[in-house]
Amino acid sequence: MNDMMLLIEPLIPQLRRYARALVKDHATADDLVQDCLERAITRWHQRRQDGDARTWLFTILHNLAVSHMRQNRRRGSHVTLDDGVDEAMIARPATQEDALHHADVMQALQTLPEEQRSVLLLVSVEDLTYAEAARVLDIPIGTVMSRLARAREKLLQKMEGTPAQEAAKGGATIHRPVFGAGIFRRVK
Amino acid sequence: MNAGRPITEEDFQAYVDHALDERRRAEVDEYLSTHPDAARRVAAYAAQREALRAALAPIAEEPVPHRLNLARLVEARQHRQARSWLSTPGAAVGAGPWRNIAAAVALVLVGGAGGWSMHGIAAGKASLNPETMLTQEAMDNYRVYAADAVRPVEMHAGEQEQLLRWVSQRLDRKVAVPDLSASGYRFMGGRLVATAHGPGAMFFYDDSSGNRIAMLVRPMKQDGDAPMTEHQKDDVGGVTWCNRGMGYSLVADASAQALHPLADEARRQLRTKI
Repeated sequence: MNDMMLLIEPLIPQLRRYARALVKDHATADDLVQDCLERAITRWHQRRQDGDARTWLFTILHNLAVSHMRQNRRRGSHVTLDDGVDEAMIARPATQEDALHHADVMQALQTLPEEQRSVLLLVSVEDLTYAEAARVLDIPIGTVMSRLARAREKLLQKMEGTPAQEAAKGGATIHRPVFGAGIFRRVK
Repeated sequence: MNAGRPITEEDFQAYVDHALDERRRAEVDEYLSTHPDAARRVAAYAAQREALRAALAPIAEEPVPHRLNLARLVEARQHRQARSWLSTPGAAVGAGPWRNIAAAVALVLVGGAGGWSMHGIAAGKASLNPETMLTQEAMDNYRVYAADAVRPVEMHAGEQEQLLRWVSQRLDRKVAVPDLSASGYRFMGGRLVATAHGPGAMFFYDDSSGNRIAMLVRPMKQDGDAPMTEHQKDDVGGVTWCNRGMGYSLVADASAQALHPLADEARRQLRTKI
């Protein structure tokens, strides 16, 4: 029981973030996390001992979120998937010149199909390895990589026209030194 | 130029995700330094990654809401297990102290039947009398919908008028909803459910801890009244009665004894409303 508390509790903020990014609605996202935690408590002793608790929790949460989104899609309510966001809103340039606006990137994220959004969030935001993301999504690593590439490319297209992207297109002279300066270096 | 393995699209992704070892990373860096288009694209991916992280970071910094408190969830589960043990036949006399933590109470109201056999406790025993069948239908629906974290009800409390119009039309009888807020249970909404005897209306309530109760209503074959009877099937208890041909069954993840006062209150209100 103490093991469970120690392993699960620190992950709750991350689980909330993933759920929120997938379904947007705050209350629904926390409903999913609560359901996930209740299942985790019930099934704690059934999980594979050699498995990683974080991957296991994300798997439970992801499956709950996907079944919730499919249910909503069948009902034709809630625009949580790739078809409900106003294109004009996404294309509108951000007011600040030097950064991608949070709202813009979130809007663009919502235009991705669920399968691409999941991969992008698990890898880019939640820092799962490709192998861990493959386990959560129950797909081969090769599929993780190809979905990730498609997700990034599609997000890039959606973000075209916002100032930061204009800057990114501005020329290699601006950005090549950035590589040298090492902002892409391993964080840890 | 690097003379090693050719640079792949996957290398770009792994570069952005800081997933390359130092050597491969250096090779990709070298490639990018001579391929400005690829460099621009990879830089854009990296900017995008940082923007996503920055946009979502505040969510993980929010305080965790009370209902996601792990210790509380573990405790709630232990209570449910204890209650399920206490509410087994023979142990139900111990249910008193657990009444206040009854997790989910499903009220199933089923339309009336005269001439029922008047068994008292029908704990877990299969029987074909109308009251038992009604209770079984209530418990089955309760297990499915009350356990649903996402969408237990089809129409919410705010749509009560439309809900009642809808189910009254489908049941071809006037249906009313008791107000159990004085007992600490807030009306959540309801839905149409399937029973072996046609459509039924099921209403759900929850308390401030999120524990759910529900009530199922359907017309009975025979007109008339039937007194309350208590039923227990594993961890789900039920109290069932009939009033002027409408059958009502209140069921919950609690002992039938614990449910009885709520059923009394529901019946009292329904007699005046219908």
